Amino acid sequence: MLDCVPEGHVQHTVGKINPAKTCQPIGAMYAALGIHACLPHSHGSQGCCAYHRMHLTRHFREQVLASSSSFTEGASVFGGASNLKTSIKNIFKIYNPDVIAIHTTCLSETIGDDVSTIIKQSEIPEGKVVIHTNTPSYVGSHITGFSNMCKSMVSYLAQADGETKKEQVNVIPGFTNPGDMREIRRIVSALGIKLIMFPDTSGVLDAPLTNKYQMYPDGGATVAEIRDSGNSELTIALGSFASNAAADLLQEKCGVTGIPLKLPIGLKATDDFIMALKDWFGVEIPRDLAVERGQVIDTLIDTHFHYQGKSVAIFGDPDHVIAMTEFAITMGLVPKYVLTGTPGKEFEATIQKMLDDAGITGSKIKAEGDLFELHEWIREEKVDLLIGTSYGKYIARKEDIPLVRFGFPILDRAIHPLMPVVGYRGCLRLIEQISDALLERRDRDALDEDFELIL
Amino acid sequence: MKRQVAIYGKGGIGKSTTTQNTVAALAEAGKKIMVVGCDPKADSTRLLLHGLCQKTVLDTLRDEGDDIELDAILKPGFKNTMCVESGGPEPGVGCAGRGIITSINLLESLGAYTDDLNYVFYDVLGDVVCGGFAMPIREGKAQEIYIVASGELMALYAANNISKGIQKYATNGKVRLGGIICNSRKVDNERPLLEAFAKELGSQLIYFVPRDNLVQRAEINKKTVIDFDPTSNQANEYRNLAKAIDENKMFVIPKPMTQDRLEELMMQHGFMDAIS
Repeated sequence: MLDCVPEGHVQHTVGKINPAKTCQPIGAMYAALGIHACLPHSHGSQGCCAYHRMHLTRHFREQVLASSSSFTEGASVFGGASNLKTSIKNIFKIYNPDVIAIHTTCLSETIGDDVSTIIKQSEIPEGKVVIHTNTPSYVGSHITGFSNMCKSMVSYLAQADGETKKEQVNVIPGFTNPGDMREIRRIVSALGIKLIMFPDTSGVLDAPLTNKYQMYPDGGATVAEIRDSGNSELTIALGSFASNAAADLLQEKCGVTGIPLKLPIGLKATDDFIMALKDWFGVEIPRDLAVERGQVIDTLIDTHFHYQGKSVAIFGDPDHVIAMTEFAITMGLVPKYVLTGTPGKEFEATIQKMLDDAGITGSKIKAEGDLFELHEWIREEKVDLLIGTSYGKYIARKEDIPLVRFGFPILDRAIHPLMPVVGYRGCLRLIEQISDALLERRDRDALDEDFELIL
Repeated sequence: MKRQVAIYGKGGIGKSTTTQNTVAALAEAGKKIMVVGCDPKADSTRLLLHGLCQKTVLDTLRDEGDDIELDAILKPGFKNTMCVESGGPEPGVGCAGRGIITSINLLESLGAYTDDLNYVFYDVLGDVVCGGFAMPIREGKAQEIYIVASGELMALYAANNISKGIQKYATNGKVRLGGIICNSRKVDNERPLLEAFAKELGSQLIYFVPRDNLVQRAEINKKTVIDFDPTSNQANEYRNLAKAIDENKMFVIPKPMTQDRLEELMMQHGFMDAIS
């Protein structure tokens, strides 16, 4: 498919070719699904909503329900207020969610609809909640949209009831899979700390198949929980791009101390997460967690020669790529190309520092890049392994490089949303995937005389 | 507590001139002010900066991308007033309204709204024609509006129309009309007409700025009157306007009138009195 990519270096400064990101509303919609009994609502034309639902469904292999303001020519001219008011009325009447989480689209943003005013003018049944966030897709990426919706959860819902704080922690888990959120909950629970996690799509997008249809599955952070997050002692924001904005607002609005950390992907980032909780709450590390960590160390020592010194290209969402790059360095891989489609100079600075600290030189790092450019880099100088989303498979095929699927979206493999990459168990999974991919390649390419039974 | 003020009015009525002279007078009195020009022509800060020397927010965004430093777009002008021009597309292309939304959001995220500011002034183009041009009066932004008008029917028609916009946002938010500023065109019976008009809206004629050619001369010299000829009578007029705004306590939700009632008012004050 990439045969038509021209040979040699092509400078393109305008537009993107094979982007490494998608629309803001996808992130906002995903975050909204992490609120219990919430119906995400897309304030725009129907096509936006249909695409965003479909894209999420293709990754999670679960139904994704969302409604739309169904803009027509008239709404574009006169503004979408009446469509939105009618939507809110109809949604509560017909689908009866606890929460409607509205996100805007390019069209309603350009019209300049003042959504907070429209919400105030709408009829909202007693005990129901409507929140909104602004998600113009011509700004940022789906990660920005996710971050914006998390921030809106705080601005609309979080409340501090008084000066005294409860001994509980808020965790904002970033744009991670439900399996990751489940694992984060398991780790915090193992430490014996009360947790409020929002958004939380576990139990929503990994809900079991039962013989009963449930429009709103049991999972998700409840409105009461998100409200109570204002009373917590501490917020841990996992991943600066997706989670810092909400944590900052919690600190400003409710005086909850915020600690920004990396996504707990990899040994060091998981240590940082657990130690931050230990230091703040003064808890003991349970033996089970210490054993899990020990298993990771053991595995790294047993398998390091499978991947030690191999060069790798990592791309995807910034928080995932930052944590993955750190773990790749821990594993002894050499991150040669590191790229995200989301804009933000902080990304480049963070990765550069990691590489400098590890003494790795000659790598290329780019925020707001695209896969065309990544492909060009790889063609100039090949890598041994590609780590990223399904969109990497074209480069992998053309350049004959193994691909480890990691991040969002993964559209051509299943089960991954249930399998955590965070925490120590996530470390084992990543080591297994990376090691397997390289060994598979070695077996495929081995001459008969070098084809080994034991590796 | 900083006061955020938006100035609206018919195109060509003298919003930018009046705003900048008022700001100059307030700055002279020791106030710390930021002026946000919300007009694609980007001429809202020319007199304070002594020329159109500034690169607009949107030009900067287009040339340099999203990672912008605040001092690239915020320039100090007369008496250290902070000036920023939102800018916008060339006439006939693009979406100027979206431009205003983008620049105000950007200013917020870059931390331009510092606590030491006493005032933020928004100078907004023409009518409230779309969501973008209403941006300064949305929730959390400007809470006081002044409409610049004169005794001409079209100016009053526009002022009445703008009041409709304010009324719409006022019922759900904190935005209020602070008064009508008359930038005199020397039409018949201008002051009584404007007083009657303001009263009918439920507001006040906060100040009547007389016509003086000195304003044009100062403009040619790229200066406010306060800057150009501080001892002149006209400079004092602007100081008085600034004082009236600074001390203003009357903030209302306007009651816009029908077109018929507006014309009736015009006949009653503008022409009838003049004929008799």
